[in-house]
Amino acid sequence: MLGRTIVAGLVAASATVAAADTPVLTVYAGDYFNSEWGPGPGIEAAFEARCDCDLQYKTGDLLPRILLEGERTEADVVIGLTSDITKKARDSGLFAPHGADMSALTLPVDWTDKIFLPFNYGHTAFIYNNELIDTPPASFEALLDAPDDLRLVIQDPRSSISGLALVLWVQAVYGDGAKAAWEKLAPKIVTVTKGWSESYGLFTDGEADMVLSYTTSPAYHIIAEEDLTKSAAIFPEGHYFMVELVAKLAGTDNPDLADQFMQFILTEEFQSMIPTSNWSLPAALPVEKWPEGFRELPMPEKVLFYSEDEAASLRDTAIEAWRSALSQ
Amino acid sequence: MAQRAFAVTLPFVWALFAAGLVIGPVVAVIMRAGGLGGLGTPEYAALWFTIWQAALSAAVSVVLAIPVARALSRQQFPGRGALIALLGAPFILPVIVAVLGLLAVFGGNGLVNQIGGWLGLPRIDIYGYHGVILAHVFFNLPLATRLILQGWLAIPAERFRLAASLDAPMGRVLERPMLARIAPGAFAVIFVICLTSFAVALTLGGGPKATTVELAIYQAFKFDFDLGKAATLALVQLAMGMAAALALFALSPPAGLGAGLDRVPQRWDGRGRVVRIADFCWIGFAALFLLTPLAMIIVSGLPGLLALSADVWSSALRSLSVALGATALTILLALPLATKLGELAGLLGVAVSGLVLGTGLFLLVQPFVRPAEVALPVTLLVNALMALPFVLRILRPELDAAREDYGRLAATLGITGWALWRIVLLPRLRRPLGFAAGLTAALSMGDLGVIALFADGEHATLPFQLYQLMAAYRIEAAQGAALLLLMMSLGLFWIFDKGGRANA
Repeated sequence: MLGRTIVAGLVAASATVAAADTPVLTVYAGDYFNSEWGPGPGIEAAFEARCDCDLQYKTGDLLPRILLEGERTEADVVIGLTSDITKKARDSGLFAPHGADMSALTLPVDWTDKIFLPFNYGHTAFIYNNELIDTPPASFEALLDAPDDLRLVIQDPRSSISGLALVLWVQAVYGDGAKAAWEKLAPKIVTVTKGWSESYGLFTDGEADMVLSYTTSPAYHIIAEEDLTKSAAIFPEGHYFMVELVAKLAGTDNPDLADQFMQFILTEEFQSMIPTSNWSLPAALPVEKWPEGFRELPMPEKVLFYSEDEAASLRDTAIEAWRSALSQ
Repeated sequence: MAQRAFAVTLPFVWALFAAGLVIGPVVAVIMRAGGLGGLGTPEYAALWFTIWQAALSAAVSVVLAIPVARALSRQQFPGRGALIALLGAPFILPVIVAVLGLLAVFGGNGLVNQIGGWLGLPRIDIYGYHGVILAHVFFNLPLATRLILQGWLAIPAERFRLAASLDAPMGRVLERPMLARIAPGAFAVIFVICLTSFAVALTLGGGPKATTVELAIYQAFKFDFDLGKAATLALVQLAMGMAAALALFALSPPAGLGAGLDRVPQRWDGRGRVVRIADFCWIGFAALFLLTPLAMIIVSGLPGLLALSADVWSSALRSLSVALGATALTILLALPLATKLGELAGLLGVAVSGLVLGTGLFLLVQPFVRPAEVALPVTLLVNALMALPFVLRILRPELDAAREDYGRLAATLGITGWALWRIVLLPRLRRPLGFAAGLTAALSMGDLGVIALFADGEHATLPFQLYQLMAAYRIEAAQGAALLLLMMSLGLFWIFDKGGRANA
């Protein structure tokens, strides 16, 4: 085992030497992106086949790292920013217009941002086991009125993107009544976790009847596990839209390569890799080209979304409604 | 005279160095933020919750550990050594693994509720303040038990023999002085660990009522990018940890039970029928409480273990080398730091917010090198800083006792410097050194998070892979990786600890 590692290390080292002349595109991405199950490796191979370059991911905390590094950052492109932090990212002045043609976008909302380019999206939804729950709540209102022995697990809006999307969802549906809505939900909430993974683990372990996740979560179980027991409850009040974005650094030392990568994002080759590696919906791919298992997923008819300015001004109110209702 | 000055300055310089490794990065964050930030009502609420849950968790852990450690110290039975090693396991588990194990026992569908259901008992709900305390006791009872057990084992066999032949009350003349010396320190360390608790409190606390300071720091850093507020909270956390440590160290009297001939103690007070039954009840309680969640992790992990991918195995190898490197570094740092001042400096490492420490180190190295290039040394250093407080708590009482008992004899014989360590001190430290090395290795296996800013993503450690598997819905594989992590942590702990537990 050790011998093999050393050999692999030597091979890697010689590959680096050989690649010294080829230009390197440095892409900052989230932790999960470049794991063997994530979309990173496929995207890297596809882009390198067309760019005669070396695409290198640096994964970890995205925006905090960029903001700490400032002008000194090595990143040429950042992939995986979310719309709740774009205001902070935009205000830093570190990002440049993407220049991509966005006519191919198939998002359920209008997108005209010149800097942040969407590459996948999803919606918040409560997932349940359809063998254990015959009649899930048919609306958000029904969820609030459900008996208190319905056990929910959600994520903390102060530490998790999906948790933040949930409080904005409640804010969008109930407005000034958000705190009252949270007070009705509170007895059903078994616990609040730091991130999505912990919540979903609790749900699959049977600790909760419903978990805050995404409309696309059942697709993983259907495609990868041939398990048809997980469903998303669809609410007529609408579902909150979540989008992941790519942006180019203004200070990139490889502007041509970075531009080429930005042009690659909305191509069919890139987009068709998204569903079964990111387990979310491609930002620019018509439904008929989605893989089987995604096409059949029930999708919300109404999509709720706050612009970054609205979200920034509502965020503290929405979190405070959640915090005060659940602290009682 | 010169010798004396040397003896006073060297530990002082080391302590200063260790404190600087923690304080420096925090100062770097404050400088970058351009000052400290203000705190609001939610932060004060978090502060209050953090303090009382840490105090209660530490008190319960230490109080329960006393009878368990006493039972283990005076009863002999087959498998005792293995049981002592296994009982240490919860402390070295990664938080997420331990929480899933606890839920398998105490959760809504857990064993306790299933058995209760057959018996017609009402369903118990683990989520809430009591869940946080339960989890913290689960994590820290093993540490408290081991620290106190060390104290019991360090009482020379001759003292027990003398006490027995004089028919003296063993509790009053031997055990209480030992506890007065050991227990406050154990409380202090556990209190400080629980101060920086984050994921446990959040998952089992049931909601925002159970918000800790560490979560407030995370929010300030990740969502608001408010470095000033993050640094302020980190300073408050450091101050609390230091205040607790100072108060408790001031209360604990120095060693003074005297030297012995290192015989295995015979305990006449452990032979009565009632005493034996009581002792085995305590051992049974500890084993049931601490080992059932482990068994659940093993059961749920087995199917996934065989199907782990090559990436996971190479991460495991990487974690192993990090753990071994961190162990060597920690022991080297710890020996000269095993003084009162050094231990105070060492405690900073666990009282500091991991997130702020990582950010500060990043800010410090970034002007000079690419952070990814120093990821390995930084990981080793951070692991060593995190393990140092435990290692010092284990080593210092024994080192103090050895100096007290043999220092004058050694001085009379002119044994100083390296010879003093080699001939007198290190042989007496064999047991605590083995325990400390095992603990460091195991803790370094499970560590993650602090170095997120330095990671390039290509050199993921095993806990990191575990999170990625969970994020990719691969729950079964994640449970397999959790089991692998558990086995490796325990294996390392067992090997080192075995080396030191020759006559325990």
